[in-house]
Amino acid sequence: MELRCRSHSQTRAEQVVGLKNVSQEGIFMNPLATDSLAQIAFWIVVGLTFGGASLAVFPRNILYNVLGLALALAGVAGLYLYLGSFFIALMQLLIYVGAITISIVFAIMLSRPLHLEVPRREVPKVAMAIAASLVFFLGAVGVCFKTSWVPAPDRSADWSVTAIGHMLLTRYDLVFEVISLVLLVAIIGAVVTAGFTRRLSS
Amino acid sequence: MGSFMASEWFRLIVGLVIVLAFSQLNALFLVWLERKVAGHIQLRIGPKEVGPFGLLQTIADGIKLVGKELITPRSADNKLFPVAPVLVFMPVLVGFLVLPFAPHLIIRDMNVGVLLIFAFSAFTVLAILAGGWSSNNKYALLGAIRSVAQNVAYEIPLLLAVLSVVLMVNSLQFSEIVKAQGRVWFVFVQPVAALIYLICATAETNRAPFDIPEAESELVAGFHTEFSGMRFGLFFLAEYTNMFIVSAVATSLFFGGWQGPFGFDLGIPGIVWFLAKTYVLIFVIMWVRWTFPRLRFDQLMNLSWKFMIPLSLANLIVTAIVLKLI
Repeated sequence: MELRCRSHSQTRAEQVVGLKNVSQEGIFMNPLATDSLAQIAFWIVVGLTFGGASLAVFPRNILYNVLGLALALAGVAGLYLYLGSFFIALMQLLIYVGAITISIVFAIMLSRPLHLEVPRREVPKVAMAIAASLVFFLGAVGVCFKTSWVPAPDRSADWSVTAIGHMLLTRYDLVFEVISLVLLVAIIGAVVTAGFTRRLSS
Repeated sequence: MGSFMASEWFRLIVGLVIVLAFSQLNALFLVWLERKVAGHIQLRIGPKEVGPFGLLQTIADGIKLVGKELITPRSADNKLFPVAPVLVFMPVLVGFLVLPFAPHLIIRDMNVGVLLIFAFSAFTVLAILAGGWSSNNKYALLGAIRSVAQNVAYEIPLLLAVLSVVLMVNSLQFSEIVKAQGRVWFVFVQPVAALIYLICATAETNRAPFDIPEAESELVAGFHTEFSGMRFGLFFLAEYTNMFIVSAVATSLFFGGWQGPFGFDLGIPGIVWFLAKTYVLIFVIMWVRWTFPRLRFDQLMNLSWKFMIPLSLANLIVTAIVLKLI
């Protein structure tokens, strides 16, 4: 279960693909080449995330939105992979792509039929959505700037799954509880929504 | 060049080629086997004309499929429709990365191998949904929706069953899990988990009696109704490769992987044990398909939510308590 962050001496690419025994010969094996390969991989992942996110917002087709969201979340998993945490990346796929996106698909089944004409975008709604996301964005950026970031290898040498588990249940257990609260709200919301549609149709 | 031969890149490329070749060959063989098993169960002979025992029948069928025109319905979504079959097939291949065929025959023995396989299975569902929805056909859409509902319902007991094994070994690494079964296979220690895993795996691969996403008698062919030629072929390839992967995972989680029963190897190499057990499990899945009728949708949902999930939760809790007490 050892998922330790590797030391600084390894290049990013080694962390990404987990390359061991990298020799110095050949085009592929050149450390500079692997580093630029890692750069390319990074930008591809970032592109996937942003492309997916815009697919999730702009098309007027709800299925495109869901698949775009899945793409964006998979891109985020790619970022975790780039940072060298395979476990978190797989958990991201399992929970967000596997569970959350698929529950959104359920929500679509409860919504209006897909073949009906899509209603026009209403300006107030769009404005409110932009305002809400702006507030969140500014908050996140503010937190990013206020935090004094320390690289993970300096903070701890042990980033195994066990260590992450211990931290989740001690230092960060408030976050853990808040996430479960969000899930609880989502479940109750789904039950209420389904209950309403049933009552209306019967 | 010598250093290239020894490098990770070489391993990567060779591994990919072997995996692709193996998955095609496996699908060819399984389609033939399925038709033979179905034939004999229904008191027929099955394919027998092409090649010895009809073994080359699937190759003939494959050539036919490749030669067929790819038809795209006029009202289909022309962006998603051609991509969907590829999307279905790609995540299935990832599973081969971590399968422990033999002690030294693992492409990459990751410490989170078990997670990897289940994390990527979600993509298959999304791809099936994309395929069924983009066909713009009511049967295809119904099939896709059923597939999503079924997958959500059966993924939970599946993961809980796997979790009780992981809890016992304390590792998500396939090689560790297999090594822990040197004396006794986990199927004898965790019979409930093994049974739940096999039932859910059958459901996850959309096979009868859980094949409501395809349900020939009600939905034409379900989510792949509108796909023709090799696009249809890819859906089939994905299904049979998936069947191999779930059986191989069952072999390594519950049936001792590359090891013989109770520590007796009988001098048979590990890969033979592994493949033999996997194909026996596949045979069992086929046997079930041609023996039991399809469940109704509500029966299917009830089986999972009201029976399998509580049972797997109870199994997990009992496992945890027993492990704590010992």
